[in-house]
Amino acid sequence: MNSKRTDRLATRVIYLLVAIIILVLIGILGNILIAGVPHLSWHFLTSASSSFEAGGGIRDQLFNSLYLLVLTLLISLPIALGAAIYLAEYAQDTWVTRLIRTTIEILSSLPSIVVGLFGYLLFVVQFGLGFSIIAGALALTFFNLPILTSNIEQAINGVPQAQREAGWALGLSNWKTIRGVVLPSALPGIITGIILSAGRVFGEAAALIYTAGQSGSIVDYSNWNMFSSTSFLNVMRPAETLAVHIWKVNTEGIIPDVNLVSAATSALLVIVVIIFNFGARLLGNWLYRNLTAAKVK
Amino acid sequence: MENWQNQTKYIKTFNNDECELYTHNLSVFYGGTVQKLFDVSLGFKKNTITALIGASGSGKSTFLRSLNRLNDRVARVDGNIMFHELDINQKRINVYELRKAIGMVFQKPNPFPKSIKENITYALKANGEQDKAKLNQLVEESLKAAALWDEVKDKLDNSALALSGGQQQRLCIARAIALKPEILLLDEPASALDPVSTAKLEDTLKQLRSKYTMIMVTHNMQQASRISDYTAFFHLGRALEYDTTTNIFTNPQGEITEKYIQGSFG
Amino acid sequence: MNKHEQDLQEVVDQAIAEQKVPHVKFKKIDPESVDIARLTSPSKETRQEHWGKGLTSLAIAVIGILIVAIIGFVGVRGLATFVDDKVNIFHFLLTSNWNPSAGKDHVGAAAMIVTSFAVTLLAALVATPFAIAIALFMTEYKSGKQAQFLQSVMELLVGIPSVVYGFLGLTVIVTVIRTIFGGTGFGILAATLILFVMVLPTITSLTVDAFKAVPQDLRKSSAALGATRWQTIYHVVLRAARPRILTAIIFGMARAFGEALAVQMVIGNAVLMPYNLVSPSATLTSQLTSQMGNTVMGTLPNNALWSLALLLLIMSLAFNFLVRLIGKRGS
Repeated sequence: MNSKRTDRLATRVIYLLVAIIILVLIGILGNILIAGVPHLSWHFLTSASSSFEAGGGIRDQLFNSLYLLVLTLLISLPIALGAAIYLAEYAQDTWVTRLIRTTIEILSSLPSIVVGLFGYLLFVVQFGLGFSIIAGALALTFFNLPILTSNIEQAINGVPQAQREAGWALGLSNWKTIRGVVLPSALPGIITGIILSAGRVFGEAAALIYTAGQSGSIVDYSNWNMFSSTSFLNVMRPAETLAVHIWKVNTEGIIPDVNLVSAATSALLVIVVIIFNFGARLLGNWLYRNLTAAKVK
Repeated sequence: MENWQNQTKYIKTFNNDECELYTHNLSVFYGGTVQKLFDVSLGFKKNTITALIGASGSGKSTFLRSLNRLNDRVARVDGNIMFHELDINQKRINVYELRKAIGMVFQKPNPFPKSIKENITYALKANGEQDKAKLNQLVEESLKAAALWDEVKDKLDNSALALSGGQQQRLCIARAIALKPEILLLDEPASALDPVSTAKLEDTLKQLRSKYTMIMVTHNMQQASRISDYTAFFHLGRALEYDTTTNIFTNPQGEITEKYIQGSFG
Repeated sequence: MNKHEQDLQEVVDQAIAEQKVPHVKFKKIDPESVDIARLTSPSKETRQEHWGKGLTSLAIAVIGILIVAIIGFVGVRGLATFVDDKVNIFHFLLTSNWNPSAGKDHVGAAAMIVTSFAVTLLAALVATPFAIAIALFMTEYKSGKQAQFLQSVMELLVGIPSVVYGFLGLTVIVTVIRTIFGGTGFGILAATLILFVMVLPTITSLTVDAFKAVPQDLRKSSAALGATRWQTIYHVVLRAARPRILTAIIFGMARAFGEALAVQMVIGNAVLMPYNLVSPSATLTSQLTSQMGNTVMGTLPNNALWSLALLLLIMSLAFNFLVRLIGKRGS
């Protein structure tokens, strides 16, 4: 009888702990969304931020976040794709491969502040780029590479071996088989992996505060010349992102509506990340269905 | 029991000019040391179907997959594989060209997730064939040869994955013969199919015999006796007996072969 | 004889020389029967293969160089404090007198080291029971929809950016602590409460993997002996999964140790040895975050910060090493 009581007690404790965590999540989301969403007006999204008055928006930060995300993916995707293909398709089980895998694991567990400081040292100081979007994008690339690589590798490993053998047996090179057969089959998984990593990149701040910088410059959204210093596309200008903005207004605490701005920006960040997370899965499933299911006319 | 491991007395031999392909002391090692195949020397006659039978783990699939160098990535293969007097088991051989000459069909149908037509044209295009008319002609020829043309000619642009298992397998055969190989390796091609599809597949293979030399691994002894001309029996990594299919099934020489044929193990 | 025929002859001679089994009788060969040139010379596929291997190896090399560069750069900078500025390494690690601009006898990082370890250990301590409970719920109690729901809960917690946690910590947790305990509200307790939520998904998902790896047979045979579900979990599942749970906790601790912004926002940023859980303090990461911009490259205060970064890097490597060690001993 005693053991039965212990069993019931254990069950209750487990359910209680689970319930607490669900409440914590509801509390977090509720807090951010209830405080933030009402302030997420069109005006807030499209006006410039203010450094000491209330009523500022987040237009530049929003653009910078998106721009950095695009640049980061542009730089990290080819490298991650290549590395993932190497690991999944070419690597034999040797000490070199094991060393490479260890390296990637180490890179993925490095604190992002360390990655950011390395970016600061190399690009901002050593290469003299100063606080700039390009330095930020490179730091985010380092931050993003290991996770993106392993996401893509998993997707590639999910393709049945029989597909590769079909290609080899037809005299296709390994590379042609990968490009023509394996990658198309792995595409849904790869896209899901990219979007998931994009969510992480979008919310990252520690790697950016000493690379892309903590302030924006005056930006002209009608100037499409990338090499002009006032162009919004100029990659040499410093740029504050949404996540860095939240950190900065809170640590400096100069603007009077800091909580409102932070809450609204946080809400925006969280909403975007949720869209990324769930969108990734939906899009992946949809692509998977479309690529594998029978096309009936 | 006799020492069955070191004998070749029940192995039928051919003059090498009768053979499209023959192996000479072929051994396969996994992980450097684990030997899975021991000195197999077999010849395969032009325009015949040879069945490789034996229990699972007997090495018949390993042997088959060595013939087009598909085992290279995972194992070390020692010995000679003579293809028209050229040893194709050496480093300088271009395996991609080799595999175009020695096609293969696998246990589970593995069409690419592309359209029926693309399944056939993909390798041809990679090979440099760009002429549309020529490609269409090859698609039709190979689908006809694989006895699939009548079933799919109106839906060539549909996904190959929409076909039934048996149709997929015949598409895989069509895909292989579109490259005009001389030899077709078949690794238990019917094991994933229902009886009706199997019968159709066997008919197809019989028709293809006039053009190709086929080597087929099978678990199914009825199948081996129905369609093959010669049969080799594998046991624990060795080829123990090799003769005409009739002789193997009606008058096996070795004790182990006889037991296997009678169904005592396997 | 042209070159192809020579090649052919060579191959045949070699094969005849090695011929051991009598049943293969070689005859004079017919050079027309096989296209030796085609089968022995490189083709388009060979070139594609070189390209593919080259390109992908290049990508791997980039990652390799990157990690070497990170360790090299941060290492050189971090060691400058001890090499160039002649700071005693024991002074750095063991004393808590932190005021680097006052000279080399004021570079004691012990307060930050202690605080970093304190928040890390406490966060792991709080998170682990929750993580195990959630993982048990997902693997032993419920599957299907409810497990999937919890999976989504965890994914949401992972997805929330760390500055958002920091902001919530600042506005909610710090305020609550201030109300209850008085003082500023900043400190180890606030940081622990935030980090616990941040590392929970990491520990949980690895613990779920650990439970899933326990063979179903073990559970069945335990149940067949009449054990209750909890007895099975306690005596069989938890025991079998122990090394992997430990690994999960260390992964969580690595994340907590390296977390910068969220901690920096609630820890108080006073480089003082913490004397209780609600006194303002500073971690390695918080000090780096808040001070790196205020120092001049190459000076002692700046070098001292790089030493903190190096320490952080070393700890990250150490956590990795520990995980590997447990993995090896477990198997």
